[in-house]
Amino acid sequence: MFLQVLETVSRWAIPFLLLTVPIYGFVKKVPVYESFVEGAQEGFTTAIKIIPFLVGMMVAISVFRASGAMEYLTQILSPVTNYLGAPAEVLPLAIMRPLSGSGVLGMATELMRVYGPDSLIGRIASTMQGTTDTTFFVLTVYFGAVGIKKFRYAVITGLTADITGFIASVYICNLLFK
Amino acid sequence: MLNVIWLLLLATGIIVAALNGNIEVVTGAALDAAQGAVAVCFDLIGVMALWLGIMKIAEKGGLIRAIAWVVRPLMVRLFPTVPPRHPAMGAIILNLSANMLGLGNAATPFGMKAMQELQQLNPDTEQASTAMCTFLALNTSCITLIPATIIGVRLSFGSANPTEIVGPCIFATSLAMIIAVSLDYWLRTYSRWGR
Repeated sequence: MFLQVLETVSRWAIPFLLLTVPIYGFVKKVPVYESFVEGAQEGFTTAIKIIPFLVGMMVAISVFRASGAMEYLTQILSPVTNYLGAPAEVLPLAIMRPLSGSGVLGMATELMRVYGPDSLIGRIASTMQGTTDTTFFVLTVYFGAVGIKKFRYAVITGLTADITGFIASVYICNLLFK
Repeated sequence: MLNVIWLLLLATGIIVAALNGNIEVVTGAALDAAQGAVAVCFDLIGVMALWLGIMKIAEKGGLIRAIAWVVRPLMVRLFPTVPPRHPAMGAIILNLSANMLGLGNAATPFGMKAMQELQQLNPDTEQASTAMCTFLALNTSCITLIPATIIGVRLSFGSANPTEIVGPCIFATSLAMIIAVSLDYWLRTYSRWGR
């Protein structure tokens, strides 16, 4: 029931915004079309502005991923995850999560294909996917859009959120599904 | 900090590839990623233009300020450096709402708008402001009420109950969000980075 309501809201949200905002603007005597174009122009410049930031970040992440460094990192961290009750198979997913959205979706899909979506591994993988975020991508894109080069402590809070999300996913899945 | 992380990712990758004797993967990975990054931005152009266009209408009509006003009791506590009626507050709320509903392609443009508004209040335009750090802590730990992509994947592999992970997801993200916001508060109030 709750889920159905949510799904309906998701489906209607965009058409609703596309209808009500221009009507609202028109009623408030805003030149709607000119304003739209003015904003769209900003959107265009912002998207272009991100390119150098994203190239830098994606190249470093991609080299790291392709080199096999991930396997070593998994080996180093495995005692910690064993202690938390996480199956070894989901650890690469946790390491990859902040770095690459498409990479991690591919890995999660592969785990579900091999172990099944209703296995403990499949459930932990699903929960992590829905919980954590591609922190580096978000930081690169958002800071890049306004030309910020010093991120200060934003990396620490973002990664802490990812680690918390990972541990909490493992914990709750062990509790509910084991 | 970012300089170190960036260099570590790149250097570790190249050294490991060299030690494993497959240095040639580095070239391919680097060039593909560089092209891929541009492709991502090109994909963004259309949606960014659309949503920032709609945002501009909402902004000129005073809607963003109105939203900021409604949510100010919570927002002034989270963002003490942003004036309560500032349009940044409205943009932040729109971004978080779109994130919660899983509308990724609307969330990003709203988020960038929020960053641009926050940048106007930022005394040092090269360095992140505390408000930006708080916003990104909220953004990266934000709840997605319907993780649509992963539910789709589960469905395609024949899960008996594809949506059963929604509850665990809400639990885990709530925890991540509480930790992230608390840590952000602590860092901005007590650490040397906060000054």
